[in-house]
Amino acid sequence: MVGTDLPIRVVLAKLGFDGHDRGLKVVARMLRDAGMEVVYLGLRQTTDSIVAAVEQEDADVVGISMHNAGHLTLGPMIVAALDEVGLDVPVVIGGIVPDADLSELEAAGVAAVLGPGASVEEVVSTVRSAVGRNGIT
Amino acid sequence: MESPEPEAGLSAVVELAEASRSGDRRATARLLSLVERGGALADEVASATQAHVGGAHVVGITGAPGSGKSTITNSLTTLLSEAGQQPAVLAVDPSSPLTGGAILGDRVRMNGASDAGVFIRSMATRGHAGGLALAASGAVRVLDAAGFDPVVIETVGVGQVEVDVTDAADTTIVVVAPGWGDAVQANKAGLLEVADLFVVNKADRPGATDARRDLELMLDLSTVTGRAGFERPSITMTTATEGDGIGELATAVAGHLDLLSQGVELDRRREKRRIAEVRAHLEHLLVGAADEMLASEGLQPVRASESPMMVARRLAGQLLD
Repeated sequence: MVGTDLPIRVVLAKLGFDGHDRGLKVVARMLRDAGMEVVYLGLRQTTDSIVAAVEQEDADVVGISMHNAGHLTLGPMIVAALDEVGLDVPVVIGGIVPDADLSELEAAGVAAVLGPGASVEEVVSTVRSAVGRNGIT
Repeated sequence: MESPEPEAGLSAVVELAEASRSGDRRATARLLSLVERGGALADEVASATQAHVGGAHVVGITGAPGSGKSTITNSLTTLLSEAGQQPAVLAVDPSSPLTGGAILGDRVRMNGASDAGVFIRSMATRGHAGGLALAASGAVRVLDAAGFDPVVIETVGVGQVEVDVTDAADTTIVVVAPGWGDAVQANKAGLLEVADLFVVNKADRPGATDARRDLELMLDLSTVTGRAGFERPSITMTTATEGDGIGELATAVAGHLDLLSQGVELDRRREKRRIAEVRAHLEHLLVGAADEMLASEGLQPVRASESPMMVARRLAGQLLD
């Protein structure tokens, strides 16, 4: 598209049994205020429900929030689930991820990880660079 | 499949439309994005889908924020899907007037429908007032042509006058919740006049029977309600979170389509919808031209001695010349 950029469409979800959605709500608001369209799925999603949402919403990127120490299982699982149906959409993980686990997530194809204390600028620029455009109309 | 860019041309759109009709949901999603994007490719999508529309019953669900539109949409489409139909949902939420961003939160309440295989698409208003996005009608056309039936449009949470949905839908459901207002509110002009069907949701809460009574009284006094006196709207009591009343609502929705189909009313409404869509696009083009004119450097300086109305008339003369 020449001239104008379209809003970036982000799917945000908590995957599996993890009730801590405060961070996800804050991130949703940050991305909204950066001009993105945030499709908010909320709590207790499955890989199937996230894949369906990414497909139907024609999303540019998916953000998964994890606070249950399941990231090494669930992170690669969602990347593989998207990959399996041929959806080439970057996955960004936010939440509590120890530094020691970062390389394993990266190797599994997770595009980026955002930890506690990430600034608004950091969150927004991470999502933009995962998508590869600014999405400013 | 790559997202077709303008240079990818029109054959890509035709291919997507064919794939969409054969059940490829990703193709449908891409077509919806092209419609939202607007411009030449959106025109192509409209052309490629036009010959295949008309099979879907288009149902609009509107009402105040928090009245339960999403939950009703979830329960209703889940039920219809389990009964063997192929419903799709277009869920509209507002864009920020400041940043253009949006939180599209309707899916939060639609896990059941998502699990049941209902196709759900969230859409931001992108600056359009009236309760729907400008691209909503085009998106409905894509979903209709893809073979979904019914197509349920859930509007943004509306106040009193956002009645765009009546132009987009065959059947308009207005949802109210207990405590929404009294008998005087019920008789104000606007949203309540355009309902084909009413739902009093949260019927397990105090005040639900009062809400029903106020609506009945309003309907008793009305000669034009139900769009040009077509029919007195029924009122269904639901508790959507529990699924209570949703079966009755599904029956009422199907019954309304039957009624529309018996005479010329369905055709009349769809003709009106086409005209409304033409009008919306015309308005969009004219506003764009006006903005361009106001921004252009060649504009004669606006004289302080001229009233704004006089300036506008002079410019409109030039614009339409």
